Amino acid sequence: MIEIDQVSKWYGSTQVLAECSTRVAKGEVVVICGPSGSGKSTLIKLVNGLESFQSGRITVDGVFVDAPETDLPKLRSRVGMVFQNFELFPHLSVRDNLTLAQIKVLGRSKKEARERGLSLLERVGLQAYAKQYPSQLSGGQQQRVAIARALCMDPICMLFDEPTSALDPEMVNEVLDVMIELAREGMTMMCVTHEMGFAREVADRVIFIDQGVIVEDCHRDDFFGDVAARSERAQQFLSSILSH
Amino acid sequence: MNLDVITDHLDYFLVGAYPHGPLGGAALTLILSVLSALVSGVLGFILGIALAVTRGFAQTSLLLVLSFFRAIPVIMLIFWTYFMLPIVFGINVPGIATVVIALSLIGGAYLAHSVYAGIRSLRQGQWQAAAALGLRPWQVLRYVILPQALPIMTPSFINQWVALIKDTSLAYVIGVGELSFVATQVSNREMVYPTEIFLFVALLYYAICSTLEFFANRVARRYQQAT
Ligand SMILES: Nc1ncnc2c1ncn2[C@@H]1O[C@H](COP(=O)(O)OP(=O)(O)OP(=O)(O)O)[C@@H](O)[C@H]1O
Ligand SMILES: [Mg+2]
Repeated sequence: MIEIDQVSKWYGSTQVLAECSTRVAKGEVVVICGPSGSGKSTLIKLVNGLESFQSGRITVDGVFVDAPETDLPKLRSRVGMVFQNFELFPHLSVRDNLTLAQIKVLGRSKKEARERGLSLLERVGLQAYAKQYPSQLSGGQQQRVAIARALCMDPICMLFDEPTSALDPEMVNEVLDVMIELAREGMTMMCVTHEMGFAREVADRVIFIDQGVIVEDCHRDDFFGDVAARSERAQQFLSSILSH
Repeated sequence: MNLDVITDHLDYFLVGAYPHGPLGGAALTLILSVLSALVSGVLGFILGIALAVTRGFAQTSLLLVLSFFRAIPVIMLIFWTYFMLPIVFGINVPGIATVVIALSLIGGAYLAHSVYAGIRSLRQGQWQAAAALGLRPWQVLRYVILPQALPIMTPSFINQWVALIKDTSLAYVIGVGELSFVATQVSNREMVYPTEIFLFVALLYYAICSTLEFFANRVARRYQQAT
């Protein structure tokens, strides 16, 4: 579904990703972790072309992300993305947040879009909030709306960039629950997260990235189970996040 | 106070020599203001968006041109367009058009910066989230960025337009008979009561500016609700 092949990226003269390769099969859930500034967000934003890269190749469902002939907006409409800061549109009600792209991008009728929006709101447990504005919702609720907004587009895969790290601790689980359910239903997912409980529960593979290099890319059981076989950096990282 | 000088020349203050001669006075000031406000608004919008979506060389060149128009005094630009264009291009620009062009270019340059600043005040994440949903760049602007940036820009637009209304008085240098021009004429002709005359003229400017402010605020509110 997603193939990343020898991808390197520079910001000016500083290299932020070095020859990264990995692939995510259909229905697979991959968790990406690593220290701050290691390039996790950058890597995930390459997949839907929000950031450009200088060498290598990325395909999503067979489409080359950086090919000039690729219709990027069209590709993006098929790839859902959830951001750390939710990024709901504050001037639109929850309902209009959910319907905007359905109407403008997919060409759905207003009625169709609203029905789809409502059914996804219901799924994330927020059907009562359709008429509210994002600022009236808690962080956890906003993030669930953001997930519903992405799902409205019937994406072939979902990208998450630290979806719970801006949340108060008591709201983390309500968002993770939605993500876990999604993973169990077979959604293809790439998640940047430090929630190792989530990784243990639903991830097929865990990628550990440090200073722009993919250091570990292995099955969940190997990552958590066979700690001694992991690189020193990964071990340090794991012990630092698991200790608090 | 002697208000006869006002009432005697009221028509002249309000519409100039019209209908026997060209339109002038407050009516001409109003027309100059509305036209310049519209053109400068459109220019400011387009150039501000251009600033926001360009990078590197294109953006730098645009910034240079804008800072040029912000730096030159209105009166000089009016002179230039009025006296230089016929010489350089062999075309005669009517006085009224000259004033509108000059005020629009300068107002547009200022407004472009307000629009740019309004757009930039939004988080990068809003652009990314909108793009990630598959919206095309112009749709991102139209449906996500501008509706949020516009309320932020409204005060700058009103300030700029009020300044522009007052600058229409500079049209006198090329003999366009707007409000201050006819007021000076009357004052010179009568040679008495300049206080009354200019007090009245100040009131007229005040009325025009507050009317503009009132409607601009209303339109901004309507736009906010509609989106
Ligand atoms: N627009 C930019 N210009 C220059 N450098 C950037 C830019 N964005 C990110 N970087 C740099 O690229 C590197 C990777 O950033 P990235 O945001 O991908 O890290 P991250 O792993 O997501 O970190 P975090 O856990 O803090 O979110 C960092 O060193 C960062 O300083
Ligand atoms: Mg990040």
